[in-house]
Amino acid sequence: MSAEIQALKPVMPYLGQADDGTPYLIGSRCDACGQTHLGRFENCPRCTARGKLTEIHLSEKGVLYNYTIVYRSLPGVTVPFISAVVDLDGGGTVKGNLLDVDPSPEAIRFGMPVKMVFREADTAVAGGEGYVSHFFVPAN
Amino acid sequence: MSEDVYVIGTDMIRFGRFEDATPPRLAAKAALMALDDCGLSIRDVQAVYSGNCTETMVGQRTLQLIGQTGVPVVNVTNACATGATAFREAWIAIKAGLYDIVLAVGSEKMGKGMLVPKNSGGTPIPSEGLAGSNTMPAVFAQMGMEHSRAYGTTFEQFARVSVKNHHHSTLNPKAMYQKETPLEEVMGSEMMAYPITKLMCSVNVDGSAAAVLCSARKARELGLTGRAVRVRGSGLASDPFSERNLVQADVNTVTRLAARTAYEMASVGPQDVDLVELHDCFATAEICHYENLGLCGEGEGGRFLDSGATTLGGKVPVNMSGGLLSKGHPLGATGIANIYEIVTHLRGEAGARQVEGARIGMTHVVGLGSACAVHILEKV
Ligand SMILES: [Zn+2]
Repeated sequence: MSAEIQALKPVMPYLGQADDGTPYLIGSRCDACGQTHLGRFENCPRCTARGKLTEIHLSEKGVLYNYTIVYRSLPGVTVPFISAVVDLDGGGTVKGNLLDVDPSPEAIRFGMPVKMVFREADTAVAGGEGYVSHFFVPAN
Repeated sequence: MSEDVYVIGTDMIRFGRFEDATPPRLAAKAALMALDDCGLSIRDVQAVYSGNCTETMVGQRTLQLIGQTGVPVVNVTNACATGATAFREAWIAIKAGLYDIVLAVGSEKMGKGMLVPKNSGGTPIPSEGLAGSNTMPAVFAQMGMEHSRAYGTTFEQFARVSVKNHHHSTLNPKAMYQKETPLEEVMGSEMMAYPITKLMCSVNVDGSAAAVLCSARKARELGLTGRAVRVRGSGLASDPFSERNLVQADVNTVTRLAARTAYEMASVGPQDVDLVELHDCFATAEICHYENLGLCGEGEGGRFLDSGATTLGGKVPVNMSGGLLSKGHPLGATGIANIYEIVTHLRGEAGARQVEGARIGMTHVVGLGSACAVHILEKV
C-alpha cells in the first residue's frame, strides 16, 4: 500500500483505516445467527439479536454477483462505468466500480473472480481529491 | 371480520407537467373529482388521508382550498407506496369502525430529471459513481440483470414491456403519453444503465388521484352500491431481511410478502385476478413482479410477457393504464391512480381499454427503502 493512499480519507462509512492508514472494509458478524453484514451494526437486522455483533475486516476478494453499466449519472461522474455488486469470500456483499474491464455485457461475466483495490476518489468523480475509495479489478 | 369497505368514488387528473401547480392544488382537483364521482360533498367526509412525498401538511392545505371542515387529517409519506398507504390507512379507519366515509388523496409535483437518493449516508463527498451507482435507473437495471443472471432474460424482453405499456396508454386519455413506441425505438433510445434505456424509465410528471372509501352499510344507505368496488385484500410490508438487500435494493422479497398478505386476506389466488396495475417504475421491474405476484411461475416472466398474456386481450392484462412508463409516475399519486384504473375496469367504464368481464383486480406499488402495498379489489 502506497503512503499516498494511506494519507487519504475514506468516503464510505464502511471503509475503515488501520493505524498506518491502510484502508479496509468494515464488517459485522452476528454471533447469534452467523450472518455477516457490511459496516458497523449494534443489533442484527437478520435475526434481531442485540449486542451480539463482532466487528471484523471483510475479505478483499470475491466474485461478481451482479452489475449494471452506468451511462447517465450525476454531473462530475466519469461515465460509462460498471457498478458491480460483489459477494466477498467469507461473507458480506459490497457495491463498487469494476475497473480494467471493457464496459460491455460481452466482456463481463457473472461469477467472475475479482479483487479490491484502493484508489484516490478523483479517478471516478470530480472533487474526489484527498479521499480514498474501494474499487474492483478482475482477479486472475 | 368487520364490515366490508367499498370504494364509492374515485378519479384522477390527466397526468402532465403543470408549471404553476402545487401539491395542494393538484390534490384539491382530484379530491373534488372523486367526490363528484359519487355525488358527495367534502362535508360528508369524516377523515382525510393525504399522500405526498415532498411537502408537509398537504392534506390540511388541500382542505384550505376545498373546505376547512375540521376533520382529522393525516399526512402520509412512504416513498412510491405513499398513495397506496394513504388508501390503506383510510380503509383501516373505516374497518376500525371510527368513520363511514373517508377520503384518500395522493399528489405530487415532480422536478425534472433523474431521481438520485439524497446523501443520506452522510458521506463527506457525494458517493454516486464512486462506489457503484444508486441512481434509480441503475438500481432497477441491476434488478433486471439479476433476473438475466438467473433465467437468461434479455434486453429485448425487458424492452418489450415498454412497447406493451406504451401501446396500452394509447387507449388511456389520462396518460401523460399516448403514443406507440416500437421495439427499435425503445432499444435505440439513450442507454441510461444497461439494460435500461430512456424509454424504459417511468415518466416524471405532476399528478393527483383520489378515492372515497365508505362502509358497506353506509353505501347501501346512500344508494351508492351500484358502482361500488369492494376492497377484498390489503397488504403492506416493509423489507424483510434478505441477503443483499442493504447493498442492492431488493424489491422482490417485500413484494412477495405484501402480495401473500393480500391474497390470504382476500381468500383468492393469482388465478382469480383478471387484471393488474403493478409498479413498472422501470421496464425490468415488471417482468420480476409477474413472478413476485404469482401471475406466472419462477423464471417465466420473460416468456409470460412474450406470450401476450399481459397485453389487452391476454390472460391477465397488466398496466392497462399505460403504467408508470407511459401514464407517468407522480410518486405520491401513483398508488391511488392505480386504484382508480382497477376500479374503472371493474365498473365496466374503461372504454376502449376495458378488460372485458373483469371482476377482480390487483394494484401493486413498491417504494425503495422499502415499502410495498398490494390491494385486491372486487366488483360488488
Ligand atoms: Zn443475527
